[in-house]
Amino acid sequence: MAAELVDATKKYGQVEALRGVSLTIQLGEVVAMLGPNGAGKTTSISLLLGLRKTTSGSARLFGLEPTDIAARSRVGVMLQESGIPQMLKVREIVDLFRSYYPAPMQRDRAIAMAGLEEKAGALVKELSGGQRQRLYFALAVCGDPQVLFLDEPTVGMDVEGRRAFIARIAEFAKLGRTVVLTTHYLEEADQLAQRVVVIDRGVIIADASPVEIKGKVAGKRIRFTASGITQSTLDGLPVTATTVEGNAVQLLTNDPVTVLRALFQRGLEISDLEVTGADLEDAFISLTSHQKN
Amino acid sequence: MWPMLARQTSAEFLKLWRVPAFSGTSLLLPVVFYGFIGVGQANESMGPPSFVKFGAYFLASMAVYAVANVMIFSFGISVATERGMKMDLLMRATPLPPFVYLLSRCITALGFAALTLAVLFPFAYIAGGVRLDPSQWFSLGYRVLLGSIPFIALGFAIGYLSGPNSAIAVINLVYLPTAFASGLFFPKQLLPQIIQQISPYLPLYRFGQLGWDAIGAPTSDSVTTDWIYLIGYGVGFFAIAIWAYRREESRKFS
Repeated sequence: MAAELVDATKKYGQVEALRGVSLTIQLGEVVAMLGPNGAGKTTSISLLLGLRKTTSGSARLFGLEPTDIAARSRVGVMLQESGIPQMLKVREIVDLFRSYYPAPMQRDRAIAMAGLEEKAGALVKELSGGQRQRLYFALAVCGDPQVLFLDEPTVGMDVEGRRAFIARIAEFAKLGRTVVLTTHYLEEADQLAQRVVVIDRGVIIADASPVEIKGKVAGKRIRFTASGITQSTLDGLPVTATTVEGNAVQLLTNDPVTVLRALFQRGLEISDLEVTGADLEDAFISLTSHQKN
Repeated sequence: MWPMLARQTSAEFLKLWRVPAFSGTSLLLPVVFYGFIGVGQANESMGPPSFVKFGAYFLASMAVYAVANVMIFSFGISVATERGMKMDLLMRATPLPPFVYLLSRCITALGFAALTLAVLFPFAYIAGGVRLDPSQWFSLGYRVLLGSIPFIALGFAIGYLSGPNSAIAVINLVYLPTAFASGLFFPKQLLPQIIQQISPYLPLYRFGQLGWDAIGAPTSDSVTTDWIYLIGYGVGFFAIAIWAYRREESRKFS
């Protein structure tokens, strides 16, 4: 077992960030923690790393206290919004972090895994945002850890940058290592993980393979207005969630074509029609309503 | 642990060295002050009973000033800045033991302090014509380095108590006036009466006394008294620093 939360809760003052989370991550697993902002993903990772203490319940790394140096020696970390010294060169800071670990990988290999070969002699402050994010990745892998924790590793990257970064993580996972990452993007979880843990408002609402999760989550959002519409008008459509407010309707579905065809067949006077990709917030609406049913 | 400490220390040193605002001012400011104030009247005698020359006296003053300056700035400002940038967050998640980190910073600060002396001493020798016995040079050097340790704690405390943007202001507000009031720029006798009454209780004044005594200038108390004062301040500063550090820990990491 690599990492474990047992009935963990965490309160920040009056705010309950985690409300009883149990999660076991086995060695060799690649797990994506998916959820909207403020769901408790970062808090879960912080507890597993010993950066925060549980309010109740427990957190374990390799069966040890997460603050134990022996446990930390086997873990590499990439955190959101953490700073690093600006006036060190890339290779210097990689060497520095390597010195923290008992059996680090070669410096040049860590730098290559992050695709920073050309920037090895540059000062940290000279790096672009994306390069800096890759440097954090180099620092996370340079200790040759058994478990890699990545908190929102692709945040702020464009689509291309994200894709390339996901490929680097996948390359590391292929070495048989455990990877735990948090993300906003179902797509990333899908590309990388064998297991997706969905967190919302401090509880785990789903823990399954990416395929299963995708089946439960709506991919498209349909919006329109129609006069005199009621809930019953919409019965029997292949939707995962329905919201009707006055004349405004919002549907979440994985099959927008069928839904639209049915709506037109029912002779509704539709205007302001809009079909968009559902974002994660929407996806969660459908996932949580699934749970309630 | 040793390779870790060595790496961390060299990284800490480079971090400071590459910031000219720090390395430049730390190394050059004492020399510039010495050039402006000390050199012109280096051969003036300070009068009875010791007839120490002003050049030697002011060298001791500037040595104390330079070293305390390094301690307070290198710790105060860099700790505050690093907290502001959340550098402690990632370090916390690594297997680096906090005491190794702390130790590396102390070694770096002492190394930098020694470097400022390595610039100031030859400058005073050449430009100010200061001639001391080898034992006096040695005594000045080691007293000034040893006596700087309480100021490490002071810098550390300031770094944890003030914000990343206010640290510089806080330090300048505290440090420069105290340096004046402690007689580091003008001998105490030239200061206003009220300040003369306060100065014996200032840590920098006690630190200065150790320096002045080392080059043979008369001081108001015995060296032992000065050391006791400094140790007392050191204990106090360390207590504040530890309290501030724990306060931060319980805010960020609980």
